[in-house]
Amino acid sequence: MAAVESYPSELRYHPEHDWARIEDGEATFGVTWFAQDALGELVHFEAPEEGATLKKDESYAEVESVKAVSDVVAPLSGEVVAVNRAVVDAPETVNDDPYGEGWLVRVRLTDPGEVDALMDVDAYKQHLAEQG
Amino acid sequence: MKLLYEKSHPGRRAGRPPRLDLPVPELPNELRRAEPPRLPELAEPDLVRHFTELSRRNFGIDTGFYPLGSCTMKHNPRVNERLAALPGFRDLHPHQDPAGAQGALGLCWELQEVLSEITGLDAVSLQPAAGSQGELTGLMVMRAYFADKGEGEQRRKIVVADTAHGTNPASVTMAGYELTPVKTDPRGNIDVEDLREKVDEHTAGLMLTNPSTLGLFDEHIAEVAAIFHDVGALMYYDGANLNAVCGISRPGDMGFDIVHINLHKTFSQPHGGGGPGGGPIAVASRLEPFLPVPAIVRDGEGYGFDYDRPKSIGKVRGFIGPFGVFVRSLAFIRAYGPQLRKMSEAAVLNANYLLARLRDAYELPFDRLCMHEFVLSARPLKREHGVTALDVAKRLMDYGFHPPTIYFPLLVPEALMIEPTETEAKETLDEFADAMLAIAHEAAEEPELLKSAPHGRAVGRLDEVKAVKKAVVRYLFDEHPDLSTEGESRSETAVVEAPKGA
Amino acid sequence: MSYLALTDADREAMLETIGVSSVEELFADLPGGVRLGRELELPPALTEQELTAYFEALAAKNAHVGTELSFLGAGMYDHYVPAIVDAVLQRGELLTAYTPYQPELSQGVLQAIFEYQTAICELTGMDVSNASGYDGTTVAADACFVAKYATGRSKVVVTEATNPQVRQVVKTYAPGFGLEVVEVPHRGGATDPEELGEAAADAACVIFQQPNFFGVLEPAPDLAAAANEAEALAVAHVDPISLGLLEAPGNYGCAIAIGEGQGAGNYLSYGGPHYGFIAARNDFIRRMPGRIVGETTDAPGERGYVLTLQTREQHIRREKATSNITTNQTLLALAGLVYLSWLGPEGLKEVGEACIALAAHAKERLGRELVFADKTTFKEFVVRVGRPAQEVVREARARGVHPGYVLGRDYSGMDDVLLVALTERRTPEEIDRLARTLDEVGA
Repeated sequence: MAAVESYPSELRYHPEHDWARIEDGEATFGVTWFAQDALGELVHFEAPEEGATLKKDESYAEVESVKAVSDVVAPLSGEVVAVNRAVVDAPETVNDDPYGEGWLVRVRLTDPGEVDALMDVDAYKQHLAEQG
Repeated sequence: MKLLYEKSHPGRRAGRPPRLDLPVPELPNELRRAEPPRLPELAEPDLVRHFTELSRRNFGIDTGFYPLGSCTMKHNPRVNERLAALPGFRDLHPHQDPAGAQGALGLCWELQEVLSEITGLDAVSLQPAAGSQGELTGLMVMRAYFADKGEGEQRRKIVVADTAHGTNPASVTMAGYELTPVKTDPRGNIDVEDLREKVDEHTAGLMLTNPSTLGLFDEHIAEVAAIFHDVGALMYYDGANLNAVCGISRPGDMGFDIVHINLHKTFSQPHGGGGPGGGPIAVASRLEPFLPVPAIVRDGEGYGFDYDRPKSIGKVRGFIGPFGVFVRSLAFIRAYGPQLRKMSEAAVLNANYLLARLRDAYELPFDRLCMHEFVLSARPLKREHGVTALDVAKRLMDYGFHPPTIYFPLLVPEALMIEPTETEAKETLDEFADAMLAIAHEAAEEPELLKSAPHGRAVGRLDEVKAVKKAVVRYLFDEHPDLSTEGESRSETAVVEAPKGA
Repeated sequence: MSYLALTDADREAMLETIGVSSVEELFADLPGGVRLGRELELPPALTEQELTAYFEALAAKNAHVGTELSFLGAGMYDHYVPAIVDAVLQRGELLTAYTPYQPELSQGVLQAIFEYQTAICELTGMDVSNASGYDGTTVAADACFVAKYATGRSKVVVTEATNPQVRQVVKTYAPGFGLEVVEVPHRGGATDPEELGEAAADAACVIFQQPNFFGVLEPAPDLAAAANEAEALAVAHVDPISLGLLEAPGNYGCAIAIGEGQGAGNYLSYGGPHYGFIAARNDFIRRMPGRIVGETTDAPGERGYVLTLQTREQHIRREKATSNITTNQTLLALAGLVYLSWLGPEGLKEVGEACIALAAHAKERLGRELVFADKTTFKEFVVRVGRPAQEVVREARARGVHPGYVLGRDYSGMDDVLLVALTERRTPEEIDRLARTLDEVGA
């Protein structure tokens, strides 16, 4: 069952529709409700390797539905410490629970100062409204 | 309907070669096949019934109106099939001595001349197997040209309009270039201001279809050409929409240096369910040395090959190209003669007529007369009734039509790209327009009819998500899964709006 | 002759609906500078009857396999095409259909492609086949593209005993792919696995042909093993007609199988159109170029077929596509499916056996020096004619026989040899005639 539209307030957001949950020098990344809704049911997650270096604003993975491919952009820079194998095996998990079970990677942040550049939930909702 | 493999019975067969009274040499053990391939085993009558049933589950131009935008689904003349099957063409070995192939070579030469005249460019290669291979060949010619001038390293970028067919960016990558997109302005032309900022001495060229995939002729084409030529870059013309301008305007005169032609669009080669096609290219004379090898040349009263082409890019496919396609295309062009413009005039008239009949019921993104095709948006239907371009397309099947291209160009939301072609009668156009109007009405009154369409076909809407996830791409015999028992796809609409490129 | 239905009355009514007074007005957006302003300089229009006469005259100037006894092979073969192929290809619903983007209207083509994909996988021992490539040369370039992305390496190795046109096309595509091409010479008509193995170090793939261009049977399992040792993908370029008798590449260590389909169900047609095939192990399914048809169901559970894994393709992935291919060779691949179904596994085996039996008989009957005498061959072999082969061909043709391909065109030091091909259409009497003709021209 696809999730109901929501944008948790404790997360930080990137304009390319990615979220970050920051906890003690590490962060978990995923894509927002808007992203999974635009793509439709996901059928493939091309994940990075553990140990890969991610750079803020750059693509680190791809997600695919039947009709589209989308780059997944890193909201922050860091080193991948975990990849969500459950999403690799069942990509539709992202549609069901984009902020919980549908997390994509966890990284050790290399530049925590970058967090300030991310949007809070209100700013992201504003961003969505402007996109129209 | 069962697969051939499900109808197979061990020991059944249709044909065999003549019996030979000669010993069959043993093949070395390590090279010999251990198990025979599991090809179908049926007698001929059942084979014929199988393929007949398959054909009955298919819709071609011969079946009905097929207005796929940018595909130019015009009538495929029957005489062309007869001509391509003449033994002198059909049974000619490509390694035959040129002395024994003068008819074939003369035909190729004539087609080259004719395409040169139609495009307004000097030299032609018939070799590429399809439009997208023509694109790649053209880009390779570009690369060789610049390398020859010592500008190869400098020029890395190709500019492509955001309305381009997906083949354009894909070809750019295969040729080793970088893509620079350029925007479209509100009139449907290339945004010249955006373009000026993006073209410089690092640009190799532009790839453009004109008229564009919006069915609109670029009003600033001369200015666009000047921008590229001023920096020493080249202009590449994607010939997918040539049907709009034959005999009226020539790509060479618009300022293009390289053109590919889609013989299976403009020049009536049957599409065959996905091919064969033909994608010859025509080039300005300064690019001629780089064309694929061999060139077909005239030598006194005869024709032959020239392999001595030191600057050629090489070969893009075997032999001289899809010869059987050349027979049909030349015959098609010879049927019109110098009056070829009548074909394009009729194509443009038919499209504008449909546009006039449909513009009020659907949204018209660009308020201009169109050329041979036009794009409507079903966005109002989606907004007001929750009905999409996909639903309109499926409902059209119930009215006996093949749908137009949908969700392309990407620029237009809920796009319906309609190209009637010149071979349709006015009554057919009226029936189609009536159906489209009825469907717009149904969208308001009975949207369920659209959402549950098509009705009465061999299959309803197919689960494309399941197809990707299960990826059953061949018959697996004893291990073949029964997908009807596998889980349903979880989305509400299992069928999704995949962009349907031309 | 035109194919238009519009009458003047139609035109008038339509112009009125549009709101313009002439067809000219519809072209108002065209700037004056780009208008042709004259008629095209093309020869006069022909009626259907005149077209037929014109093209028949052109066709009559060609010496085809019906008028000249031919032993030409070298990549294209005079195999028998059964009448059922013609009958199926002329079904208008298949002939005049577009690519099956609307699956509910295209189950015929889609199922046929699924059946074709199955046949190719069966022949080659692979897991996934695409819906066809342009021909037997471009599929080699496709395989290099797959290998490059699969291995991250930028060198490809091709044997010299592989068809010269295949090698030439690979070399044409290579610069755009950022690939270096290295050739491994043949040794006495075949390829040495050790030499191949050395060249394959840091290669993305190794392409070899089986049977090779000389008709010789390569030590294919050893070549594949040598490639795999070097962690390069083993790519076999194979003859579908041979696969009723020869082992499938998927069963001796190959990652990818490619080839030219012409011999299986297509007329010669002066080189095209035909179909290339490419099939691979499942590991490479997401990198496969071109169309792939997959099975699925509709809502009530009815089985159906759709184009699948489309996110590989140009219309979605655009500049990141696995290939730019759109229109491919579906109708010709369908001909291949009809052919292979008509023969079945027994018939295909018998065709292969007829070829090798006739080739063995021809070697003996011709009684001339065999150039690669110690090698096992399939349906072609190389024979020395003792004079410039080009002259032998010319003089033999004057007697109504084309004796074979002049290898000297592609390989140095081979100007006095011919590559002779035997298909199941040849007979012992025709072989006698070849022998006599060669005698007559002092070859």
